[in-house]
Amino acid sequence: MTLGKASDSDGPRATKHSPEVTRENARRAYRIMLEARILEEKLAVLYRSGKIVGGVFLGRGQEALSVSLGIHLRRGDVYAPLIRDQAGRMAFGDTILDTMRTYLGSSLGSMRGRDGNIHRGRPSEGYHAMISHLGAMVSTVCGGLMAKRFRGETGAVGGTCIGEGGTSTGSFHEGMNLAGVEKLPIVVVVANNQFSYSTPNDRQFACNDLLVRAEGYGVRGRRAVGNDLMDCLSVIGEAVSAARSGEGPQLVVADLLRLVGHGEHDDASYIPAAMKESSLGGDCLDLARTTLLEKGWLTGEEAADWQKIVEKEVEETSSKVLREPSPDPSEEDWNAFSCLDSQQNSRYPEERQ
Amino acid sequence: MSAITYLEAIRLAQQKALQDDPRVFIYGQDIGGFGGAFKATKNLAKEFPGRVLDSPISEDAMVGLAIGAAVEGMRPIIEMQFADFSTCGFNQIVNQAATLHYRTGTPCPLVVRLPSGGTPGGGPFHSQSMEAIYAHYPGLIVMTPATVEDAYTMLLEAVALDDPVIFCEHKFLYYHLKADKLPETVLPFGKAKIARQGRDATVVAYSAMVHEALAAAEELTHDGYDIEVVDLRTVRPIDTDTILASVARTGRLLVVGEAWPWGGVAAEVIARVATEGFGLLDAPPQRLNAKETPVPYHPALWGTHRPTASSVANSLRQLLEL
Ligand SMILES: Cc1ncc(C[n+]2csc(CCOP(=O)(O)OP(=O)(O)O)c2C)c(N)n1
Repeated sequence: MTLGKASDSDGPRATKHSPEVTRENARRAYRIMLEARILEEKLAVLYRSGKIVGGVFLGRGQEALSVSLGIHLRRGDVYAPLIRDQAGRMAFGDTILDTMRTYLGSSLGSMRGRDGNIHRGRPSEGYHAMISHLGAMVSTVCGGLMAKRFRGETGAVGGTCIGEGGTSTGSFHEGMNLAGVEKLPIVVVVANNQFSYSTPNDRQFACNDLLVRAEGYGVRGRRAVGNDLMDCLSVIGEAVSAARSGEGPQLVVADLLRLVGHGEHDDASYIPAAMKESSLGGDCLDLARTTLLEKGWLTGEEAADWQKIVEKEVEETSSKVLREPSPDPSEEDWNAFSCLDSQQNSRYPEERQ
Repeated sequence: MSAITYLEAIRLAQQKALQDDPRVFIYGQDIGGFGGAFKATKNLAKEFPGRVLDSPISEDAMVGLAIGAAVEGMRPIIEMQFADFSTCGFNQIVNQAATLHYRTGTPCPLVVRLPSGGTPGGGPFHSQSMEAIYAHYPGLIVMTPATVEDAYTMLLEAVALDDPVIFCEHKFLYYHLKADKLPETVLPFGKAKIARQGRDATVVAYSAMVHEALAAAEELTHDGYDIEVVDLRTVRPIDTDTILASVARTGRLLVVGEAWPWGGVAAEVIARVATEGFGLLDAPPQRLNAKETPVPYHPALWGTHRPTASSVANSLRQLLEL
C-alpha cells in the first residue's frame, strides 16, 4: 500500500511521536468527559419530557476524542466544534449553564432562543457557532487564522471536528484544500463513527482509510484510537503543537462508534451488534476511568465524588434554567442587521453616509 | 384503508412512480433501508432493489448526478434531507438544471424534493422555505402542495414533466394532514385552486399557509365576512388568471407566505395584480410574510416569526377597513 505522506506521518501511535500525557491533563479531560456525559443524559431526559423541542444530538462515546481537541486549545485560538462535541466545547470554556440555556431556549443564554442545541458559540471569543450545513466550518476556521496572520499574530491554532459523513461535502474538500494551500495552523479531527445517520461507510466513501486523504490535501495525517483517551490526548496534543509551531494543517482521523442514535429520536438499530461488541464499541468514559485508576491518577472515591458533584450541578442548573424567562416575541426587534435599526434605517451618523 | 397522511401520500406517489416507470430512481441521504429522515421512502428500497439509493452527503454531486442521468433519459428524484441543505446543491440546480433546455434543447426531467418550512424547535437551518429563490430562475418548475391529494398527484406530475421540478413539501403538514383516499383525477398542471369561496376579500396562499388562511377565514365569519382563499399549488408557473378572477370578485387582496417578503412569491403576486388588475382593487393589496430574520429556534419566537391564523385574521381585518 502506498499511502505516501499520510502513512509516513502516521507512525506507531503513543510511542515514537506521541508526547507524554500529563496526570493533570488526563484528570481534567476525564472530569470534562464526565460532565459532558451527565449533562447530555439530562438533555435526553428533558427532550423526552417535552421540555426541549426540536432535537437533541448527543456525543456519547465520542467524548474522549472531542475533549482532546478542546483541551489543547487555549484563549486566542479558534475553535469550531460540531454535533458531537459537548466535551470539547466544555474544555474550550463552554459551560453546563449555557448549554442548558441554549437547549431550553432561555433568553439569558448566549443564543437568546434565536438558535438552539448544538448551534451555539461565541464567535467574538474564537468559539464559532456551527451552522448545520456540514463541512462549512473548516473554511471559517481558516479565515480566523488568516486574520491572525494578516495582523501578524503568531502562535494561534484553529481546531474543528467533523464526522466521516461530513467529509463527503464539497465544503469540506474546499476547506481542506484551501488550508493546505495557505499552510494554515489548523487541526481538523475526523470522528469516523462508521455511520452517518444510518448510512454505513461503504455508501459514504470508497477509499479504505480516510487518512489517505491527508496526502491529497498536502497536509499532515495522524491516526488516533477514538475511544482511548490517552491516545487521543497524545495524538491530538501533538497535532496541535505541530500546527502551533508552524508545521501547517493537521488531519487527525479516529475510528469509534457513537453509542447513541443520530439524535434522541433515533434508536440506531442499523448499527450491527457485532460492531457494538467490537473494540470500536468500548465506552471511552469507562475505559478512561479504568486507565486513570490503574495509573493511580484517580482514586475510586474521587471518581464517585466527581460523579455526585457533577450530577448535582447538572440537576441544579436544569431546575434553574427551567425557571428562566423564554424570549418574549413582543420584545424582539426582529432585525437581522447590525448596521440597520429595526425600521431598517442606517445606524450610522449622517456624516458617514 | 386508514387515513393517508401528506407524508404517506408522498411515499405512495414515489412508489407508484417507481412501479409505473422504469426510468425513475431515487437518490438521497439515508433513504435506502432506513427509509429517509422522515420515512418518505420507507420500504421502497426493499420493494425496488437498486433503485432507491443512499447517497453520500454531497448535495452538489447528488444534483449533478440527477442532471446527467436525466440527460440520458432517466427520471431521477433527489431527496434533500432538509430543504435548507439544497443550498449546497444550488449551483447544479440553478446553473445547470435550469439552463439546460434553453441552452441545448435537451430537456432535464428531474425532481428535487425539499422538506420545507418551519416546525417548532427547527431553528435557522431546518426550517427554510426556498420556493422564491428557485422560482426566480427561469427553467425551474416550483411546486408547493398544500393538501394530501395535491402532494400525491403533483409529485407524480413532477416526475412526468420534462423540466426540472423543485418540489417543496411542507414538514409541518407531514403528519397533521390526512385524507381518506387519494384522487384519481388531477387538476391541470399550473392551475391554482379556490380552496374556499368568498366575496369580501381574497387571500392568496400556498403550502402550509393555505391552512392558516382557511382558519383565519373561518374566524372572520364571526365578524360577518366571507373570505375567499386561493391555493396557488405551483408558484412557478403562477396562475395569474385565477388570482385576477378572484380579485375581480372581492376587490381586496392579501397574499400570505411563510418565506421572507423580500422579492418573494407574495411580492410577485402583488406585482402582477397591480400591473394587470389595478382597476379591480378597492384597496391597496397587502402581504403577510415571515419576519425578516433567520427562522428562530424557540417555539415562542417561531410562532410569531411565521404568519399564523390569528396574524392572517388581523391583516384581513385591517385590509377590510381600508
Ligand atoms: C450539507 C448537509 N447535508 C445534510 C445534512 C443533514 N445531516 C445532519 S447530520 C448528518 C449525518 C452526519 O454524519 P457524520 O458527518 O458522519 O457525523 P455523525 O452524525 O456521525 O457524528 C446529516 C446527513 C447536513 N447537516 N448538512
